[in-house]
Amino acid sequence: MTLLEHTDVRTDAVVRLENVSKQYGTGSNALLALDRVSLTVKQGEFVCLLGASGCGKSTLLSLVAGLDKISGGTLDIGGRHVSLMFQEAALFPWLSVTGNVELPLRLQGVGRAERKKRAAELLDVVRLGGFADKRPHELSGGMRQRVALARALAQDADILLMDEPFGALDAMTRDLLHDELERIWREQELTVLFVTHNVREAVRLGDRVILLSSRPGRVIEDYAVTSPRPRRIDSPEVSGQAAEITDRLRAEVARHAR
Amino acid sequence: MPVDAVQEDTPSVSQDNEVSGLDALETAPKTDRGSSGRRIWSSAWPKLMAVAIVLLAWQIVVWSKWKPDFVLPGPGTVFHDLGDVITTGDFWDGVRLTLTRAATGFLLAVVIGTVVGAAVSRFAPLRAAIGSLITGLQTMPSIMWFPLAILLFQLSESAILFVVVIGAAPSVANGLISGIDYVPRTWLRVGQVLGMKGFAKYRHLILPASLPSFISGLKQGWAFSWRSLMAGELLVIVPGALSIGVRMQQARDLSDSSLVISYIIVVLVIGILIDVLFNAADNALRKRWGLTGN
Repeated sequence: MTLLEHTDVRTDAVVRLENVSKQYGTGSNALLALDRVSLTVKQGEFVCLLGASGCGKSTLLSLVAGLDKISGGTLDIGGRHVSLMFQEAALFPWLSVTGNVELPLRLQGVGRAERKKRAAELLDVVRLGGFADKRPHELSGGMRQRVALARALAQDADILLMDEPFGALDAMTRDLLHDELERIWREQELTVLFVTHNVREAVRLGDRVILLSSRPGRVIEDYAVTSPRPRRIDSPEVSGQAAEITDRLRAEVARHAR
Repeated sequence: MPVDAVQEDTPSVSQDNEVSGLDALETAPKTDRGSSGRRIWSSAWPKLMAVAIVLLAWQIVVWSKWKPDFVLPGPGTVFHDLGDVITTGDFWDGVRLTLTRAATGFLLAVVIGTVVGAAVSRFAPLRAAIGSLITGLQTMPSIMWFPLAILLFQLSESAILFVVVIGAAPSVANGLISGIDYVPRTWLRVGQVLGMKGFAKYRHLILPASLPSFISGLKQGWAFSWRSLMAGELLVIVPGALSIGVRMQQARDLSDSSLVISYIIVVLVIGILIDVLFNAADNALRKRWGLTGN
């Protein structure tokens, strides 16, 4: 990338945080959201950030996305492009489904024909090829999230950040979208940083699950998920590891009971 | 992550079916709302009924001899006279003149209101300076402006135009300002994530997002400009310009109540027709955005 690129053993790291802190406000009103967080995400890796409320996991995504500035430490994404998906699909109602997916391409100055072609491909990827001319309000919540995913993919970013993208969906839809996301991640060779408070979801999807403490957010554990893919959320391996992580998370939450 | 090739292919077919099955279940089937004739009738009969009731009440008052017939004529006389009036080419010249004034004034108000509204929502000091002034202007009865307008522009088209614009522009500006103020935060975040800045942000996010509020502003602005125009045509009589207001004033001078009421009906009908146009635009937008109650 640049001259700043380190030539150490972690050259395949696409996201690197070293002792990153984030503080909101100053003086007696200061709130420390993240406290010396260090983590790396490698090329093609699927990393889940897990924590209870107030662990600053969304803050961390905003920092990586460049929507917010760090207060201390180093954050290096080597000038790579990121895209970010939220819990709400936040599609624009004045655009059709294709229009929404084409928007990032339009902003990049891609020509009309090329845009149409690329959007159609992406809608096929999320299995919404037949819904191109629909309006967002005509789709279900799960379908809207898939359009949002297609829009995020249209940015052609190196890193896909996801902030509880399936948090507002029903269990059945969520399970299917896990399968879909796993497939797309594999086919498109994405690097994903996925925030959730759902332990099973994290174990279902991640190569690694990073557990954060709350107020301030610190990395307290970095679990490797080794059960083979494709996984099922109700498989014994996923359930077993989820139970282990849940215990750790509960202990962390109980610490705040004072 | 390397995946076992045997496991990889088998689930994808059923997964495809599962996904599209769920999509089909979650998108509502189209419901038949009946034929268009039925729909028009079901929305029309209450209106026709209301008109019938008003006409009946009017006729009853006339029958009661509360006022002599030549002061308050009945619907029969008025509609007969109205029929006579609207079949003359002269009358339509008047309508054309009035509507041209209305359109000119309204369009000018839209341009000025949009520029001012955009400027106010863009620059905080400007908002602090004139934000509440705009709302103040909006509440001011437009007829208050005529004495000044006549002094500034004499009895001319410009005097009428001045009042129409000053009556309508604040509504247009306020519609745009509140539209921009209430762009949902999540959309703004999406804009940020997509790297929208400056002009592109306005073009692709702020302006389309503020459209519903802008349209309500236009609708309100039209109502104000139409009212100001009618007041203006009664007060500012430009020699040679036989607008609807002037004709009405002439009818009053001749004590022709029937003709005065005829012109009231004409103004009412024009107002309703234009309101229908604005509502159609508003409904089309709401439908596209999915804001209607299904």
